[in-house]
Amino acid sequence: MNARDRFHAIWFLGPSLLVLAIFVFYPMLRTLYLSLFLTNNLGKPTVFVGLQNYLSLLTSSSYLASLQATFIYVIAVSVLTLILGLLLAQAASFKVKGSSFFRTVFSGTMGVSVSVAAIFWLFMFNPSIGLLDQIASALNLPVINWLTQPGWAMTAIVISTVWMNLGFTFLILFGALQTVPVNLYEAAQIEGVSKTYQFFHITLPMISPTVFFVSIITLIESFKSFGLIDLMTAGGPNNATNLLVYRIYQDAFLNGNYGLASTESVILAIIIALFTFLQFKILEKRVTYQ
Amino acid sequence: MIEAHSKRQKVLEYTVLLLLTVFILIPFALGFWTSFLPTADISKGALWSSHLSFDNYVAAITQTPIIRYLFNSLVISLLTMLAQLLFCSMSAYAFVFLKFKGRDGLFYLVLATMMLPFEAEVIPNFATVRSLNLLNHYAVMVVPFLTSAFGIFMLRQAFLQIPAEVKEAADVEGLSHWQFYGKVVLPYSRISLLTLAAYSFLASWNQYLWPMLTTFSDNFRPVQDGLRQLQSQETFNNWGMIQASAAIVVIPTLLVLFIGQHYFKSGLNEGAVK
Repeated sequence: MNARDRFHAIWFLGPSLLVLAIFVFYPMLRTLYLSLFLTNNLGKPTVFVGLQNYLSLLTSSSYLASLQATFIYVIAVSVLTLILGLLLAQAASFKVKGSSFFRTVFSGTMGVSVSVAAIFWLFMFNPSIGLLDQIASALNLPVINWLTQPGWAMTAIVISTVWMNLGFTFLILFGALQTVPVNLYEAAQIEGVSKTYQFFHITLPMISPTVFFVSIITLIESFKSFGLIDLMTAGGPNNATNLLVYRIYQDAFLNGNYGLASTESVILAIIIALFTFLQFKILEKRVTYQ
Repeated sequence: MIEAHSKRQKVLEYTVLLLLTVFILIPFALGFWTSFLPTADISKGALWSSHLSFDNYVAAITQTPIIRYLFNSLVISLLTMLAQLLFCSMSAYAFVFLKFKGRDGLFYLVLATMMLPFEAEVIPNFATVRSLNLLNHYAVMVVPFLTSAFGIFMLRQAFLQIPAEVKEAADVEGLSHWQFYGKVVLPYSRISLLTLAAYSFLASWNQYLWPMLTTFSDNFRPVQDGLRQLQSQETFNNWGMIQASAAIVVIPTLLVLFIGQHYFKSGLNEGAVK
């Protein structure tokens, strides 16, 4: 340690620490603080209520329903993204003509931002003019009001999210597949084992660190979902898609209940911190693998 | 026998590939296709029309601020990207090459912020930018994201790869910290810098909640929220124009993706897989 380094540290680190202090450390403490108060409609704390906000949230059937809907959404999105991502990665490794074309297509949704995806899927799910219901009526099946029936609205949001996630997931999983040594497959082929057996006993174990990595990233990202919900259902119908972040937005910026929304923020932060911590643990493990 | 088997296998493989392609492409394809149809036909549920034209595109460009939204997003994302490259690399430099008291503790503190989602901090942050008078300006979408814990973390990992001999040689040459940072460390880590550039640009481009809260005029609204604006005004009467706007937004990113795919893939593999 010397004076010269200490002097430089201020200039090299100063800007970042200032920004982090103002926009990350302070707001986190402030959110914790606000979560213990009732607030006025400008967001200023008025009455100290201790843990009352937490208690009332955790006993509110509407908040618990939100929490439950979020978990269902997160699990459905993560599982489907992973299964379809693996399928895409596996299919893209088939040794057929034109496989590079398929690779390009499969990574395509990476270029689609949230509002564009919402427009595409709003059209797909539109009753009467959307493709899904046109097909349904051509086949004499009942037409579904995708976005206005609770269960179907959640399904629609899940489908759109998974579709949007696939490009990124595919690219990472496909990259991982390329690192599995070919001679393992050759040996398996000589042994005469089936493709399914190869997938579960060679491929999956070899790429399991990447699979974990992708699952945790998807999990964390889907806890934070906001855009598609705002654009497609606005939390409805009947709060069926009112997931955690959307609820924070509603309670704070539409209902002016900043204290309660801060409590919801703290709960969200705790959930995400747990999964991020898990992710670090897994990353750490992967580093020691090599 | 073996040939028949492998032929059946090929057919099976192509079937799987085509089914997956349809699932991925249909929302794109339908969107692009309808952007060439007259809205009157679309709203009747017709997916075919004898009047294919670019009218919807002309309308989107002349009647909506879509180009302005794109420009806003470009400005915001570029500024954010440049700032993050600078400030994250400077901080990472300090954490690797400077020796001062409390360095490791400070680094863990920064690392810990990666666990705090921005979504959970919007309430006080909104109050902060309001009191700083930043609302409805480019600054409101750049200033909170001038640096990022993720970027610092990633670049620190990269800088740690620089061999100790390089630093020793620089010391012998009498390079100052700023010279060593600018002439050696940055060029040495350009792959990581490029990855951070792509990552921060995209993250900024895809922001949605924050700009929705903090911008309310077309002069500063970025494209994600701009499309929301168009949609809430037009959804029920002008699907053709909405789809054309979506196409105008998505085509540049798709082009960048396809052209840059090769580079991107190798970058991702380096960062995430290996």
